[in-house]
Amino acid sequence: MIFEKIKGILVDELGVEAEEVLMESNIKDDLDADSLDIVQVVMAVEEAFEIEVEEEETEKLLTVGDVVRYVEANK
Amino acid sequence: MNYANIIGTGTYVPEKIVDNHMLSELVETSDEWIRTRTGIKERRISTGKNTSDLALKASEAALENAGMSPEDLDMIILSTLTPDYFTPATACLVQRRLGAENAAAFDISAACSGFLYGLDVADSFIKAGKAKNILVVSSEVMSKVIDWEDRNTCVLFGDGAGAVVLKASAEHGIINTVTGSKGDIEGNLVSKSRNVVNPFMEIPETGENYLSMNGKEIFKFATRIMRKALKDVLDGTGIELSAVKYIVPHQANDRMFEYVAGKMKFDKEKFYVNLERFGNTSSASIPIALDEMAKKGLLSKGDKLIFVGFGGGLTWGAALVEWQID
Repeated sequence: MIFEKIKGILVDELGVEAEEVLMESNIKDDLDADSLDIVQVVMAVEEAFEIEVEEEETEKLLTVGDVVRYVEANK
Repeated sequence: MNYANIIGTGTYVPEKIVDNHMLSELVETSDEWIRTRTGIKERRISTGKNTSDLALKASEAALENAGMSPEDLDMIILSTLTPDYFTPATACLVQRRLGAENAAAFDISAACSGFLYGLDVADSFIKAGKAKNILVVSSEVMSKVIDWEDRNTCVLFGDGAGAVVLKASAEHGIINTVTGSKGDIEGNLVSKSRNVVNPFMEIPETGENYLSMNGKEIFKFATRIMRKALKDVLDGTGIELSAVKYIVPHQANDRMFEYVAGKMKFDKEKFYVNLERFGNTSSASIPIALDEMAKKGLLSKGDKLIFVGFGGGLTWGAALVEWQID
């Protein structure tokens, strides 16, 4: 399941607890990620789902749900 | 078979120290922001010396450390992205001022990977028997291509030079080298040359000549290519990463090293990092770090090291080396 896989990535890359990761969590504000953390998350998502996330798309991925929906639409 | 052996190292950095607090007076930034995003605390900045001046001093130090006279050099390879001139090559200025009258001298333009490209070329000349003694010097005055109003780049870079002397030897010093490139037509890391302006064109080219960088794309590139280069340089040598004492990376960003060490599952301490004091000195950063390691007594004969660089071009390179100095 895409959400579970992305949750795993966020736990690995950001060192957050699994229960903190909700569809509506804002990656920057709620999960305390800075710009380089977000690059790392995007890289991990790209590798896990074998997709490429363009930079302008990256900027639109604010919440965990945004990432899940992006992967669903592009994988 | 001739192998190329590192027999001496040298460094020169300008005296002027610019710390993060000083930069926070120039642009909207803070010590905390710079340290947590990059690991950098301070950098050296030239107050007038140019790339050839820094290169000359680092080269003199390396020759003295190697116990070699300048006239014994067959070749001087200088890497820089901030040459004094389009022509003459910065290497030629160093050659004349050193008194290396028997040396061919030329520059290599491979940005932050320049030292690895230089080492690769030097290694090839020595293995082919076409040269015995080669000076590889990397020198950068990044402060002259930086936009001091751009907070995304001006906090990252520093000035400095590092050099190594290579000698043909029966001992296997440089074990393997790899280099690669992927043309940056997207312009993710560029420092523009002069504009095309002449009397025979309708619309002269305009635009800034400062260095500009897309930090996110370069972070992605650097962390992926570092992993590839580390694997590639070990491939076929029979040497495992666990047998390598230190990885000396191009000193771009501490967060990259943390990330790569985590992904490749090795202790981050394997990376030798000194960027907190010098920032990113482009191609000079690896030989500066190497010289510091040697002077601190961190290196013993037989130690395996990997140098790994990446940057503008886009270019990358790595060298697997056995330290042969007692």
